[in-house]
Amino acid sequence: MSAIRLDNVSKAFGSNEPVVRDVSLDIDDGEFVILVGPSGSGKSTLLRMIVGLEDVTSGDVFIGDDNVTGKAPRDRNLAMVFQNYALYPHLTVYENIAFPLRLKKTSPEDVKRRVQEAADTLDLGDYLQRKPAQLSGGQRQRVAMGRALVRDADAFLFDEPLSNLDAKLRGQVRTEIARIQDKLGVTTVYVTHDQVEAMTLGDRVAVLRKGELQQVASPRELYDHPVNLFVAGFIGSPAMNFLPASVSDRVLSLPIGDVPLGPELAAAAEGHDMLLAGLRPENFEALEMVPEDHQHLGVPFTATIDVVEWLGSEQFAYIPLDVPPEIRAPLAELAEELDMEQLRTQLVVNVSTESHIRPGQEADLWLDPRAMHLFDPHTGHNLTLPGS
Amino acid sequence: MSSTRQKVGWIVAGVLIVLYALLPVAWIVSLSFKKGDDINNKKFLPDNWTLDNYRQVFDTDLFTAALRNSIGISLISTLLSVVLATLAAYAIARLEFKGRKFVLTTALAIAMFPTVALVGPLFDMWRSLGLYDTWLGLIIPYMSFTLPLAIWTLSAFFRQIPWELEQAAQVDGATAWQAFRKVIVPLAAPGVFTAAILTFFFAWNDFVFGISLTATDAARPVPAALAFFTGASFFQQPTAAISAAAVVVTIPVVILVLIFQRKIVAGLTSGAVKG
Repeated sequence: MSAIRLDNVSKAFGSNEPVVRDVSLDIDDGEFVILVGPSGSGKSTLLRMIVGLEDVTSGDVFIGDDNVTGKAPRDRNLAMVFQNYALYPHLTVYENIAFPLRLKKTSPEDVKRRVQEAADTLDLGDYLQRKPAQLSGGQRQRVAMGRALVRDADAFLFDEPLSNLDAKLRGQVRTEIARIQDKLGVTTVYVTHDQVEAMTLGDRVAVLRKGELQQVASPRELYDHPVNLFVAGFIGSPAMNFLPASVSDRVLSLPIGDVPLGPELAAAAEGHDMLLAGLRPENFEALEMVPEDHQHLGVPFTATIDVVEWLGSEQFAYIPLDVPPEIRAPLAELAEELDMEQLRTQLVVNVSTESHIRPGQEADLWLDPRAMHLFDPHTGHNLTLPGS
Repeated sequence: MSSTRQKVGWIVAGVLIVLYALLPVAWIVSLSFKKGDDINNKKFLPDNWTLDNYRQVFDTDLFTAALRNSIGISLISTLLSVVLATLAAYAIARLEFKGRKFVLTTALAIAMFPTVALVGPLFDMWRSLGLYDTWLGLIIPYMSFTLPLAIWTLSAFFRQIPWELEQAAQVDGATAWQAFRKVIVPLAAPGVFTAAILTFFFAWNDFVFGISLTATDAARPVPAALAFFTGASFFQQPTAAISAAAVVVTIPVVILVLIFQRKIVAGLTSGAVKG
């Protein structure tokens, strides 16, 4: 078990634009770190550079105290679970799990004991003599993990391990991975584009965008204090709403109404005439559901509801929004980067399931500005970070 | 019921096709058991069953030497061709190098060359190089004609094998060679067997090279030797003896097919990746 350190790591294929730029990341011994980002953000490439399947163009990779930058995968003692499991189809489950041990010329008794241990941990005892083709997706996933477990590797690397499982199984296996990692305390790097996995599994989450590290922080920190528009838009589902805003005289004008700014927000907004206000859907509520003595903390407003989605435990309402042209460009760019289908020109609000909001009608809503973020539309920086 | 009728139709059609395909073989087998003038008896089956023809065939040095040559030459060229083709196909399927397409198309072009057009020049070259009438003199042209086909077949097989398997093996601690030998080759086995059978058949059945590039028992393979069979007397046709020899050389081919048939099971890779 070891710490992993990336030192200004970059990767370019041929003379193309680099796919990973200058990434530095310290992963502590026993830590569970998630690499997350939209497709093309370089997260898989980064993982493959750690394991050695991809050469590092510049920079260094350390495992423990060893610089492994130029070493072959087999000399790094890392275990990897591939997206497609990559089980050896001609070998039984037993031999698949034993494969790394056989390569190390482990004694047969040892192989038997360790495979048995791994199989017990993963509940694979009944399937040891089967071939991978005879297993279900979840079982194959477990075999792939068994092959990693059996090795006493310094770290586990997962490359989108759940993306081929159906939604129900995904939840189960996710819990299983968390349980095993917790039990073994192995340093783990886990690549995913699924933010539920990112938020639930990781001690820390590293958000990547076009090969550049945006923010490395705990899931809560990422959610509450995103450093920029990209992280704010990527983390959270439904995504954060971005509203064009202008400031004058400690009052923020939003398309839905005016919000008086507290001293901190006012300080953050100073010197900017055009801003993007970031508000999560849960910062809104139907006015009727807000207790009387709470209402003064926020801003009531009325809006015409376009669509209502009732999901049982929560309810979302969509409000169409006009966006001024100078804000449209940065928002369109952001939507494209985040793999979103279309430019979002609507406001999504999360209202209590008991509220009587109907599509096509005017509704009284309430906005809680206390958790509002303000972003510079040109640089994308979050102006409301604590300490900034 | 239409399904029973359909079944009957299939069976009838199947039997017809099998009969059509096997009739010449059966005819040769029957001929090979005919004694003396029986071959003119105008009947399908011999009047007197005899093993004389087989005895006669195995008594002549012409045939036994040719059989030795055929087996040796075919096996060696198959082995060499499959080993080389496996390595070449792996490189073509896995490595990005300049001229990859060129190698493939050239290989195909060579395979399309008419053998007859090559025989003349080869004859001259082999004479001056001292390869005429040697095993090597036949192994080389057999390889050059079977390699392209083997490379094509095998590179198609290698391309089907997910690259991740090899990477997984490397992460698991395998060297590139171990990954190739323990993961890739077993998975490509059906392809290797297919290539081996194709190569072996080509070498085993070849007549043109066999008769043009050999002169004596030193290297003459069976198909060529059959042409030199003579009857017991000048006036007697060697038809029965040739039939017996033909049956003998067909047996290894049939055995080969039966053995490898089971090995050529496609879809061996199913279950490797998501399914």
